[in-house]
Parts: sequence; structure tokens; C-alpha cells
Amino acid sequence: MALLEVKNLSISFGGLQAVDDFEISIKKGQLYGLIGPNGAGKTTVFNLLTGVYKPDEGMITLDGENITGLKTIEINKAGVARTFQNIRLFKNLSVMDNVKAGLHNHYKYSAATGILRLPKYFSVEKAMNEKAMELLKVFELEGEADYLAANLPYGKQRKLEIARALATEPKLLLLDEPAAGMNPNETMELMNTIRFVRDNFDMTILLIEHDMKLVSGICEELTVLNFGRILSKGPTSEVLNDPQVITAYLGE
Amino acid sequence: MKKLKPGKYTKDNIITYGMIILVYIIVQILTGTGHISSLMQGLLVPLCVYVILAVSLNLTVGILGELSLGHAGFMCVGAFAGAFFSKCTQDVITADLPRFVLAILLGAVSAGIIGFLIGMPVLRLRGDYLAIVTLAFGEIIKNIINVLYIGKDSRGLHFSLKDSLSLGLEEDGVVIINGAQGITGTPKNSTFTIGIILIVITLIIVLNLIRSRDGRAIMSIRDNLIAAESIGINITKYKLMAFSISAALAGIAGVLYSHNLNSLMATPKNFGYNMSIMILVFVVLGGIGNIRGSIIAAVVLTLLPELLRGLSDYRMLIYSVILIVMMLFNWSPKLIYLREKYSPKRLFKKNREVR
Amino acid sequence: MVIDMSFISYLINGISLGSVYAIIALGYTMVYGIAKMLNFAHGDVIMVGGFAVFFAVSMQGLPTIVGILLAVVLCTLLGITIEYIAYRPLRQAASSLAVLITAIGVSYFLQNIALIIFGANTKAFTSVVTIPALRLAEGQIIISGETIVTIVSCIVIMTGLTLFINKTKAGQAMLAVSEDKGAAQLMGINVNRTISLTFAIGSALAAIAGMLLCSAYPSLTPYTGSMPGIKAFVAAVFGGIGSIPGALLGGIVLGVIEILGKAYISSQMADAIVFMVLIVVLLVKPTGILGKKIQEKV
Repeated sequence: MALLEVKNLSISFGGLQAVDDFEISIKKGQLYGLIGPNGAGKTTVFNLLTGVYKPDEGMITLDGENITGLKTIEINKAGVARTFQNIRLFKNLSVMDNVKAGLHNHYKYSAATGILRLPKYFSVEKAMNEKAMELLKVFELEGEADYLAANLPYGKQRKLEIARALATEPKLLLLDEPAAGMNPNETMELMNTIRFVRDNFDMTILLIEHDMKLVSGICEELTVLNFGRILSKGPTSEVLNDPQVITAYLGE
Repeated sequence: MKKLKPGKYTKDNIITYGMIILVYIIVQILTGTGHISSLMQGLLVPLCVYVILAVSLNLTVGILGELSLGHAGFMCVGAFAGAFFSKCTQDVITADLPRFVLAILLGAVSAGIIGFLIGMPVLRLRGDYLAIVTLAFGEIIKNIINVLYIGKDSRGLHFSLKDSLSLGLEEDGVVIINGAQGITGTPKNSTFTIGIILIVITLIIVLNLIRSRDGRAIMSIRDNLIAAESIGINITKYKLMAFSISAALAGIAGVLYSHNLNSLMATPKNFGYNMSIMILVFVVLGGIGNIRGSIIAAVVLTLLPELLRGLSDYRMLIYSVILIVMMLFNWSPKLIYLREKYSPKRLFKKNREVR
Repeated sequence: MVIDMSFISYLINGISLGSVYAIIALGYTMVYGIAKMLNFAHGDVIMVGGFAVFFAVSMQGLPTIVGILLAVVLCTLLGITIEYIAYRPLRQAASSLAVLITAIGVSYFLQNIALIIFGANTKAFTSVVTIPALRLAEGQIIISGETIVTIVSCIVIMTGLTLFINKTKAGQAMLAVSEDKGAAQLMGINVNRTISLTFAIGSALAAIAGMLLCSAYPSLTPYTGSMPGIKAFVAAVFGGIGSIPGALLGGIVLGVIEILGKAYISSQMADAIVFMVLIVVLLVKPTGILGKKIQEKV
């Protein structure tokens, strides 16, 4: 059975049909790409999947559980984590604390425990530090753990965002243009990291990307959106050779 | 690139606590040797009040990142709740200290509850709207207390929003809260020592909260609400938590304030929006989010005009100029650029590179 | 049916007070619409207008018209100066709280300057209105000259401003800047000048509002403008911030609520009632009655 199953998903904003009859089916462990020209509705799909917008129609199932219309935080608890096209880090927190914020729902103690510095505070914080460090190491950020997130270079900020999302222990990871603004070397490195995350965290990943090298390099299947509708879908090589897709990308 | 050294926070906190304790010891020595003027003596408790207010408002403005212009309202709730309790129980609990401790707790809890009740609907609003609504609530609290009459007689407590006559008290009854006249004859329990203890408690609560799981959640909301939501942080819960704790601490300051006065009235001057602004000035001058800065700013801005008596007419004018200049200096993109370009550190570095 | 004459009087007084709020609210709403900031000092510009008239007419014995002109010119210049010195440098600031706190500082500054120059005691303001009161229903309803002038001024200002925005190039530029600063700039609109113009108009209106307010309630202190200023902001929010008809609607409704509240519920609680209205409106419809919805883009 598919991990993420979306059927008939639609939303319109003031008469504009932003996403129309979208469907997708992603198997566990798959690396799936969502591509399409600017304004095709890709980020809107992410926003629908994460509860930022409520769909007008349609049904979203994650691992057999209906998550349609749930709030963002409930969807995250159900197992969907994401990154953002325009990086959204906690800029005035340290790199470490950004990841620890992601661990929020998995390592708990009460506010009173924290204020009174009860023994549980120290033990849980220690466990959090270890877990966070482990994640930072995956992204080679362990040396910057004590830096302010705002002070990281751009490429590392993107990585930190993925680390933070992974900290919430999701089943499905949504990456919104992870390679945006990266140079070819950084992109290559990112591709390896994404593969590593999929293999070692047993993760299912859906990503939006414009960088065709990255898409053809790591995605197993693709869905192409154009004007809010599905233009084509299937295995990566077939989709990229679809004349319709080529026309949509290159224009008439 | 700025790096935060590990253990920086612990060191920072030790400096903050150490500073408070040092000041306390110095003041005690000066008092013992008779080197403190009666003017300064009278200022000691208000100073503690302002410090607690500044630290607690910084929790809302600096840590939660929301502007509240109604902080004096929470102080007002605490002041009246505490004073009311002390007056009611003066005959029952004769020992000063336990009664005062209970009054402080009651003041904190009532202000915290009011903060929670107000926060629940309004924390959905952001920025300018939240500021104006908190201002409105502060004024409403003050207005309500000004028309509130509570009396006590053998049959129990009586409430009225009209006048003291409509309380219908019996012969032996006393009016405790007398509308705009407020409460008179609150026991003068506040001392500098208690004030310092309360400051330390406030600091423990705020500083430990910041460096905990919940504090991280609060600051993540401040830094990026949408991202915080996306990693499963309960926005409403943590906004309310920060806001009510901040209100409760303001309530403590209120109790300290009311037990330092013979007659307590809710006037625009002590609990109005001017007071809220003054606390905000402390926070802004000390650095938004900088707890130690708030303490220093509160002390300096309270002492300066008092020490320079001739300036007292200009006190508020100076505050306003400080507020404007500080904001421009700290936040104007152009000035930030210029500051970085000509900062001594950087110039120094450049020289070294040339060499 | 017997119509209670005192109720009608209250209603008329409410509309009159509401007209003043509406004129002040215009300043808030225009500035908010274009500069996206809450100009906290706007209420204090009203006070400056009041003091300018007081200084010219009561202290220097100049003719009323000179006083009015002086107030309008002074407040206009003041508005432009405040924007230039205190707000413009913060327009691109990272935190929107920065400019709000600065505005609070400016508000405080104006109050305390007035306090130092004129002192804290209340000044008796001589009304600038000379037309006689109107007597209706065999003298049961008296409409004062101030009320007539206030309501007429409000109508004239509203009409004039609507025409200005819809029919002139500068007005269209204002609309463009309020929609999208960046795009407006690309279209060759001078954004800085347009924002200055907005502050100028808002402040000139504040001067007029100050005069009307002080004529109707003839007392003047450095704090005169602060409460009406906040209430006018409430009115602007009530009607929907950024909307000119909204300011009119919000102002009138608020004025009527305040006067009726004072008359029938409790005079001490009138302010609290006004603020309750604000809170209810913001909770039920945060964008106000005629406002537009804004959402952050994810």
C-alpha cells in the first residue's frame, strides 16, 4: 500500500483554480519529484498536504490515516515534515536549538520541570543534545552547532532546515526546492545527502525542484504540474521525454 | 561570523544573579553605615518593582516577540488583589511575612489568570492590532477597578459597581475597595530585601524558562511562526504560556508596589498606559530580549532623573528621545550598515590585515 | 409612539463626536493603508493643532482664521517632519515592532514638549465657531453651532478626499503605493513623496479635528489628543483599516456608542465600553467591517 495517497485534490483562490484534481500515490521509501513551470501550483500542493490551506475537495491519506483538513501541527504529528522555498529557520536560535525545536514533541518534560531544573530536565536535555548532534553530523553541521542559524551560509541553512524537519521523526519528508540558490557542487553534495537520508532514515521523500540534473539524478518517479493540473506522470525517464512536458517547459 | 560559545548562557546568568546580589550587599552596607539618603531609601522598593516589571515585559516583547501595551493593567490586578487580601486577613493572619507571601501568591495568580483570559482571544492577533488591544485591556482593567466597590461585614463580602452605599453593609462593615479612592491602609510589608528576593525569583523563572524546551518553543514562534507550526509546536499554548507568566510576574510587582503605599488608587499615572510605556522604554533601552539589559535600564532610568532633580521636568521628554534614538540606532537598515562598516572591531581587523 | 427628545439629542451629540473621530481616523487609515504602520503619534498632532490655535487666538489675540491657518500649516509640516526623521529610516526594518515603538516615542515626545511649553494645567479653549445654535422641536432639541460645523466639516472632508483620491494623479499614486510599493516605484511613482503627502494630508486633517474637538469640549492639556487618538484608531479598525468609507462609518458608530454609553450606562465606563467594542470587532472580524483580508504567503 502507498504511504501517501492523494485523490481529487482541488483548491481555488477567488475564482482562480490553483490546484485542480491533483492525485499522487507515493510508495514507502520512494524518492518522488513534483515539477512544473513557475506558478504551476507545486508549493500550493505542499501547503495543502501540510494543512496550511484547507482543500476545497479531495482526500489525503498518510499510511492509511485520513489527514484531510487537519491542522498543520496535527499533520506534523501524523508524520509529515517539510522545508520551505524561502528558508524559514529560527534565525535567532543556535543551529543546535533549531534541531532541538524539531525534537519538541518527542522529548518531553513539563514547564515546571524546566523552570525548577528538576533532574528530569538534565536527563532529557542531554538526550536531546545527543540526538540533535547525531542529526547535525548527517548534514556536516556539527562544527556549527553553536552558531546562530542566521549566520550560516545559504547552503548550510538549507541543510539545517532538512535536519530540523527530520528531527520531528516524519514518515514523509517534503522538500520545497532544496537546491535553489546552490552552485553545481553544492547541488551534487545535496543529492548525496538526500539519498543518504532516504536510505538511512528509511524515509519517503517528495520534492519540488527546478534543477533538472537533481530531478533526473535522484527522483524515481515524477508528476508534472501545469496550470494547477497534472500534465504527465510516471517514471522519471519517461516523463522527461514526454513531448507535452517539453513543450510546457520550453514554451511554444 | 558570530559564534555563541558553549556555556555562554550559564556564564551570562551567573553575571546577572551576581550583579543583583552585589547591589544588595552594597546597599545593605551603605544603609548600615548611614550613607544612604532618605530619598534613596524611598526609591529602593520602587526600583525592585520596576525591575520585575521590565524583566516580565521582556518575556512578552523580547522572547515571545509580541508587543504588549497593557502591562500596567496586570500590575494593577496584582496590586489590588494583594492589597485586598492583606486588608481582609489582617486580623486573621497576624504574622506579617506569611500573610505577605500569600498576598504575593494571590497577586501573581490573579494577574496570571487575567493574562490567560485576555490572551486566549487576543493572541491570535499580531503586531499593531495586538498592541492596541492590550492597551485597550489595560485601560479597561483600570476603569473597572475605578468603579469597583467591595465591602466586608459579618455576613461576608459585598460587591458593587455603583457606590459604597449600595454595598448595603451592616453597622460593623468596612469598605475595603472604595471605587476611585481605592484601598487605604494596606500594611506596609514591602522591604528592599523582599524586593530583591522577588527579583531573583522572577529571574529564575524567566531565565530558566528561556533555556528550556518550552522557552525554545516560545522563541521559535517568535522567529518564524509558520515554521514553528510545521514542526508541530502548539502556537496557542506557548503564546498563552509566555503571556500569562509575564502577566503573573507583573502581578508580583503590583503586590510589592501596593504594600509600599498607604493608599492605593488606580490612576492613569500608576496603572495607565503611560506606565506601560515606561516599562516598554526600559525593555527597549536594555535591548529587546536582553534580560540583564532590562534590569540595568530600569535602574538607570529610575535613578537618573531622581538624582538629577533639576531634570525631573524633562524626565519623560528624555525617555521619549531615548526611545526614538534607540529604535533608529538599533533597527534602521542604513544605520546598521554604517555601524558595521565603521565599527571599531572591524577597523581594527582591517588594520591588522594591512599589516 | 413618543420619541424621547433627550435620546435624539444624545444621538446628535454622538454623531458630532463621531464626525471628529472619523476625521482623525482618516489620518490613521490613510497612513496605515500606504505606509503599513500604526502612527501612534497621530493623536498628539491633534493636540498640537489645538495648542496652535490656543496660542494664536487666546494668547496672541490674533483673528481666529489666522489661528486655524497656523494650526493647519504647523501640523502639516510636523507630520512630514515626523515621517522623515522617525519613520522613514525604519521602513525597511526587519521588525515591524520597531516603527511602532518609535511612533510611541514620538507621541511621548510631542506630549512632553507641550507639557514643558504650556504646563500641565488645563487651558480654557475658546471655541472657533461663531454661528448660533439651532433650536428644533420647540426648543426641546438644541443643536450647537459646534455640532453643525463639525458634521458639515466631516461631510466636506470626506467628499473632498474621495474626489482627490479618485480624480487626481497624486491620489491615484497613493492608491498604487498602498497596493504595491515596489510595483508603484517601477511605474515611476515617487514612493517617498507619496508617503510624505499622505502624512501631510493626515496631519492637516488632525489639525482640523483638534480645533473641532477643542471647540466642542473646551479644555486643552498636553494629553488632550491621546485618548481621542486611540479611539479614532479603534474607529479606523472598526470600519476596516485602509478604507475611507470605513473610517467614516467606524467614527460615527463609535461616537454614538460612546455618548449613549455615557448617558445610559456609566460615564466612568464609557471608555471601557468603546474598547470592548474594539475587542469584539477584532475577534469577530479582524479586518473590520469594510476591510480587506491579508494573508502571509507561505
